[in-house]
Amino acid sequence: MSASPVAERSTAMSRFDAQPIRHFLGVIGRTVFVAFMLAFFTLPVLWLVFAPFDKTPGLGVSLPEFTIANFRTLFKSSSALSALRNSLILAGGTAALVLVAGSLASYALSRVRIPGRDMLLYVLLLMSSIVTGTAAMVPTFQLVNELHLIDKMLGVVLVIGAGTLPTVIFILKDFMDNIPKSYEESARLFGARPLRILWDVVVPTARSGLAAIAVWAVVQVWGNFLVPYILLRSPDKSPAAVVMYTFYTEGGQPNLRLIAAFALVYSLPVVLVYFFVSRRYGFRFYGGIKR
Amino acid sequence: MLTATAALVAVAAGSASATTPGTSAGTAAGGTAAAPSGEAITISVTTNAISGGKNSAEADFFQNYVIPEFQKAEAAKGKNVTLQYQPNGVDDENYKTKQALDLKSGAGADLIGIDGIWYGEFADAGYIKPLDDIVGADTVKAWSGWAQIQPAVQALTSYNGKLYGIPAGTDGRVIYFNKDIFAKAGLPADWQPKSWDEILAAAKTIKEKVSDVIPLQWNAGSSMGEATTMQGVLPLLAGAGGQVFADGKWLGASQALKDVLGFYATVYGSDKLGDPILQQEAQGRDQSFEQFSKGQIAMLAEGDYFWRSVIEPKAGDFPMANRDTVVGWAKIPAMKPGSGIKGQDFVSMSGGGGYVINPNSKHAQEAWDLMTFLAEPDTIKALLNGAARITARDDVNSEVLSKDPFLSFVAKDVLPITAYRPAFAIYPQVSVALQEATDDILTGKSVDDAAKAYQDKVVQLAGADKVATSG
Amino acid sequence: MKHDDGDVAGLGRPRAVAFALPALAIIGVFLFLPALWTLWLGLTNYRLTGTAAAHPKVVWFDNYRTALTDHEFRGALWRTTLFVIGSALIGQSLFGFSLAWVLQRVRKPIRSVVEFFVLLAWIVPSSVSSFLWFALYDRRNGTLNALLGTKGTAWLIQYPMWSIVVFNTWVGTAFSMLLYRSALGSVPPSQLESARLAGAGPGAQLRDVIFPHIRSHILTNTLLITLWTFNVFTPYLLTGPANRKAEIMAGYIYRTSLRVGELGQGAAISLIMIVINLIIALVYLRVLRERTP
Repeated sequence: MSASPVAERSTAMSRFDAQPIRHFLGVIGRTVFVAFMLAFFTLPVLWLVFAPFDKTPGLGVSLPEFTIANFRTLFKSSSALSALRNSLILAGGTAALVLVAGSLASYALSRVRIPGRDMLLYVLLLMSSIVTGTAAMVPTFQLVNELHLIDKMLGVVLVIGAGTLPTVIFILKDFMDNIPKSYEESARLFGARPLRILWDVVVPTARSGLAAIAVWAVVQVWGNFLVPYILLRSPDKSPAAVVMYTFYTEGGQPNLRLIAAFALVYSLPVVLVYFFVSRRYGFRFYGGIKR
Repeated sequence: MLTATAALVAVAAGSASATTPGTSAGTAAGGTAAAPSGEAITISVTTNAISGGKNSAEADFFQNYVIPEFQKAEAAKGKNVTLQYQPNGVDDENYKTKQALDLKSGAGADLIGIDGIWYGEFADAGYIKPLDDIVGADTVKAWSGWAQIQPAVQALTSYNGKLYGIPAGTDGRVIYFNKDIFAKAGLPADWQPKSWDEILAAAKTIKEKVSDVIPLQWNAGSSMGEATTMQGVLPLLAGAGGQVFADGKWLGASQALKDVLGFYATVYGSDKLGDPILQQEAQGRDQSFEQFSKGQIAMLAEGDYFWRSVIEPKAGDFPMANRDTVVGWAKIPAMKPGSGIKGQDFVSMSGGGGYVINPNSKHAQEAWDLMTFLAEPDTIKALLNGAARITARDDVNSEVLSKDPFLSFVAKDVLPITAYRPAFAIYPQVSVALQEATDDILTGKSVDDAAKAYQDKVVQLAGADKVATSG
Repeated sequence: MKHDDGDVAGLGRPRAVAFALPALAIIGVFLFLPALWTLWLGLTNYRLTGTAAAHPKVVWFDNYRTALTDHEFRGALWRTTLFVIGSALIGQSLFGFSLAWVLQRVRKPIRSVVEFFVLLAWIVPSSVSSFLWFALYDRRNGTLNALLGTKGTAWLIQYPMWSIVVFNTWVGTAFSMLLYRSALGSVPPSQLESARLAGAGPGAQLRDVIFPHIRSHILTNTLLITLWTFNVFTPYLLTGPANRKAEIMAGYIYRTSLRVGELGQGAAISLIMIVINLIIALVYLRVLRERTP
């Protein structure tokens, strides 16, 4: 962006004279811009790279006095491993739930006009913002309690799933809208049933969108503290987001050695999921709601 | 963000789970107890601690000492009881929310550790019940430990004159000072101010004579939460002759409150004796600990927790190897001699917490057994594990405190002049309003504006007829 | 907008309803029900603890009156507005679009690296990212003060709004970048080429070819990031519960509902939030309709 105002002004000149200069300025501008962005986005992450391996990590970034003792302490003295496993179960469960239910629903909503469809989508999208918020925590707790889903992973999956589904449907429907209909027409000519068409034609075509949504859903669950904290009871079911908040010393001082090591271990799975998905399917949101 | 009191008592976080009656009997079998004759029972206890995290020692104490010893004790009575500990180790507010939700929905651990100031609001909500109603007045009275717990300390776990639990311990507040810095400023090592002016005068002397030192840090701001109220506002208020609740009315924008805010304005505003930004930092209290331990703060008002757990030379969070020689302490003076509550010259505040039996418990009798077990001298000493700490029991105190001159001082000289917070349901909200009033001072508002904003909030909370403006 | 011609797979309405049913059932039970319940709570003086927890009373619109006349509420709303404008509309949109635009023209390895870090900020769990920034902003040992030579600056306290705006820009830019990348990819290269041949510079290309083409993407992006930013809770993890000068709506609701325990009041504020969200969505739909040929 920083290059364009300069370049734009130069269009007033003869474009043959301006071309090399504009090109040159463009390169400079791009370089400065990219360097700035890179600095901005990497700076905060440096701590996560160095501190976990530092014997005495502080809040500042410094080259570590290398050790892996922090990780050893982490895995020995705390529930880190089971917390990660629980997070995986919750994230996997939620992702599966929203992908299946979300793609079925968004496909139906994309292909068949149900009266009030758009309104419904918007209302749901808005609802999702309060229920994922804190004011609805008590009704949600009581509901889950009535359904005997307290201290069950399923309860957390359903609550977070319901909170994310509207956005999932909203984005997926957009994807479905953009899939050329000719594929499905030909599949239908060969006698395929709707579910078959969805599975064999639509899903493969929309897989990059599905993959992106899956990552998004995983990220939502992975970082959620309040829902699992309130709905789960047994310590052996606590996910990483809850466990992360227990690394404080007696006086409430963050235990930087454990927090640093855990933050890295806790972040890695989502980064790996992202890598896997983006390698395999490409990672993009189509966007652009077609009407 | 730990409140002052939570550290003391182990009030902690709990999750409450498998206490539903159906499941408990089934899982209890297979204990190691010798020939238990009774029906197999499982009960649970929860506090805000977790092994390897917050209050780790306490969680380990439950796991390694209480569970085996209690099960043995019950087995000796012919009961087959399995005890489960449910750890938590999170922010106190989150812990409180979870306990409230559990109790409300009929779930929760059988025995729950809570902070002394929560008893009122939990009782009003019907979440907890008086001990007499749960296990019977005769059983309660029959416990031998009551004689060792002073009435003032029993008030910690009482509400409207009824006992809801057994207190776990109490504490006291003083002014700590660094004798090295004092020496550089020409101030005595046995310093004991007799009025607020003397505190301020000492701070000014230090500001003039010693560079790169914060003369005085007096807890303020909502970032420190209840710590601001406990060791900041309330001791000052008591010194100005005010009480947060008296004669059926809550404190309004009275002269005493304005005096308190005026003191803050002098410290953090006009005279720059303290660092107002530090008070607003998310980890500000820890920061003040660290800076005091490094000799960068000359005076700090704190609870005895600071001495025991923060600057403790070996295991403290910010250990001071030379604590015993460098750190001095003084009683908190009233504004002027005799101006404190009950005409006192010196004042302090105390807090603490204890346990409650879950009214939904199917095994209230065993929960009571556990509660009394936790309050027996041997159990308390096992928890202390050689460390000194003011407990709820006189007999234990006289035994364990003798080793520590400071804690003996608190037990002997501070507890007699101390005051407790009102155990009324809206106290926590009034406390927040007080913290916000100090926030206003920190960010430069005038004393009158801050007092008025506070009064508006309290009127909204309690109703205009329940707020006292004069006095 | 044509009629039912979209139903190329021969779903039919009954089957479409059956397809949508699982999702709608989950949403109905776990989203809609608590939401309605919350609306009801908003009309009561219900509290987490205390007498009002045992015997809540219906107070009708008192909570709404309290909220609308309360300067804390108005303060939080104002800060939220600034926050949305600063971090979503300016920060994330501008950064996201510029990144998508510029990265088209840089070499693949560089592009991949930059994209990776932008995305990393987005996918790192919020408790981790807020801690990273907490460390970065730290008054005494923070890297930011070390870099800028601003020793002793307490960013979160002296520049609270700037701090959370920059933080949220950092967290959220990835979404806009991804969306605009797809959008720019959908602009036919032939049109760009002819514009270039006609002598249009990058500015003119943007204005005349690209913006018209990706308008609906811009609107979608703006709507989603506005709503998300409006309701986002993460800055609260960064600033802590006591930093009132950086308190935005989600934090205000959290404090009112759970820390202070006034669930009725919190529910009422939540409804006001929904109404505001609704207005944003309606404005967006209006703009989209007007501009769509």
